[in-house]
Amino acid sequence: MSAFLKLHRDDNVQVALRLVPKGSMIDTANGPVATLSDVAMAHKVADCAIAKGELVIKYGMPIGTATTDIAPGAHVHVHNIASRYTATHYRAEEAGLADA
Amino acid sequence: MPDIAKPNWQGYLRADGRKGIRNTVAVAYLVECAHFVADEIVRNFRGQDVHLIGFPGCFPNDYAQRIMEQLGTHPNVGAVLLVSLGCESFNRSKLAEVIAASGRPVETLVIQKSGGSAATIAKGMDAVQGMLAQIADVPRAPMGVSDLIVATVCGGSDGTSGISGNPAAGRAFDRLVAEGAACIFEETGELIGCEHIMAERAITPELGTELTACVEKAARYYSTLGYGSFAAGNATGGLSTIEEKSLGAYVKSGDAPISGIIKPGDVPPRGGLYLMDVVPDGEVRFGFPNISDNAEIVEMIASGAHMTLFITGRGSVVGSAISPVIKICANPDTYRALEGDMDVNAGAIIEGTRSLDQVADEIYDQVRATAAGSATASESLGHQEFILTYKRFDPIGPACLPVP
Repeated sequence: MSAFLKLHRDDNVQVALRLVPKGSMIDTANGPVATLSDVAMAHKVADCAIAKGELVIKYGMPIGTATTDIAPGAHVHVHNIASRYTATHYRAEEAGLADA
Repeated sequence: MPDIAKPNWQGYLRADGRKGIRNTVAVAYLVECAHFVADEIVRNFRGQDVHLIGFPGCFPNDYAQRIMEQLGTHPNVGAVLLVSLGCESFNRSKLAEVIAASGRPVETLVIQKSGGSAATIAKGMDAVQGMLAQIADVPRAPMGVSDLIVATVCGGSDGTSGISGNPAAGRAFDRLVAEGAACIFEETGELIGCEHIMAERAITPELGTELTACVEKAARYYSTLGYGSFAAGNATGGLSTIEEKSLGAYVKSGDAPISGIIKPGDVPPRGGLYLMDVVPDGEVRFGFPNISDNAEIVEMIASGAHMTLFITGRGSVVGSAISPVIKICANPDTYRALEGDMDVNAGAIIEGTRSLDQVADEIYDQVRATAAGSATASESLGHQEFILTYKRFDPIGPACLPVP
């Protein structure tokens, strides 16, 4: 079974269904790619390349804007997307970022 | 498209033309001081469709009066016994008149005039016995999905709710709406950040404006109460933005266009998807809008909900008086721990053994089976939770229910 779930056909991210180690293969819209970091359960990875300024889509709806170019298989989280409403307050050491 | 391969079921046809999926005698206390006596009456009918409802307050409240009137005339209710202490402010004669006008048997017992607790309990048991006999032969009528009002709520949520239970419930909602059911979602306080996305789904621009205003009202109300909407722990759980968090709850509304906004007690005029505005109007008073999940469930039942889809991650065990609750467990570990309390294992999506669509179909099938009379887990266990507290609402505006 896949360790990732694409919630809506329009999504450009997939959600991890369990802790997935770096280098695991994920089926994306453009074929299999390797995850670029460890991904915790319920965290997201890019399903395709997402350019800086592009909307990040989950549930078929925008959840924020990419603040940098995001490669397929990369962890998508507070370090590379921003809310269009209010800034997200988080503690880096507890946000589940692989390189924090 | 209606699924013609699946036969409809026989509902209970009320004198006012509405159709129910249960045939319940409601025993209602009209102040906390009458609660015990009403409860004692109901306890003698364990295993039968006799449910306890009520309002604890001694002081009058228009909202509580209206909710009790709507519950007393709910399509799942066949007859009502009112239990009053005698000196409370609740307008018991108006409530009895409204119920009687709907063609339902109704009786009022006033403890102070009936010889006290023991005598009232004895009289109440006789009254309920008589009502059960009276409604046993209520006319039956064919009923289908297009006759249903289905509510949804999530409670005891965790990180799995937004990726398994809620999206599966949303897809089940899409199918129910497509087949003509009226579906209700709520929790406007958890929709902050997706009001503009939601407004785009409104069937008219004016309704879209009202949807946005409704979420803004909730944001103001909760900020006065000192509610924070995004905690650091949410980021640990994988949520990156406030809109992502809100969408996890919002996604249980599915993809259908939004047909209107209702407030507690307003019955959807036709099939479609409706947002219930549960946050009181005016200044913040009486405390939290809904003190726990059953308060919202009761409000949706007052708006005619025949049943409620309840999505839980941590594992709520509640049911409800009057309308059955279908429990959808989003977390596979919770499902294993509390299997006897759950109806649908959406955790199978997390474990990869079932797809979102398969679980959505299972929810849909469970809705039909419940409507046709099979007992949900919480019904079988005898759960009949009920809460009604003080609130204040203005009527909905004209843009809230556009005629399609």
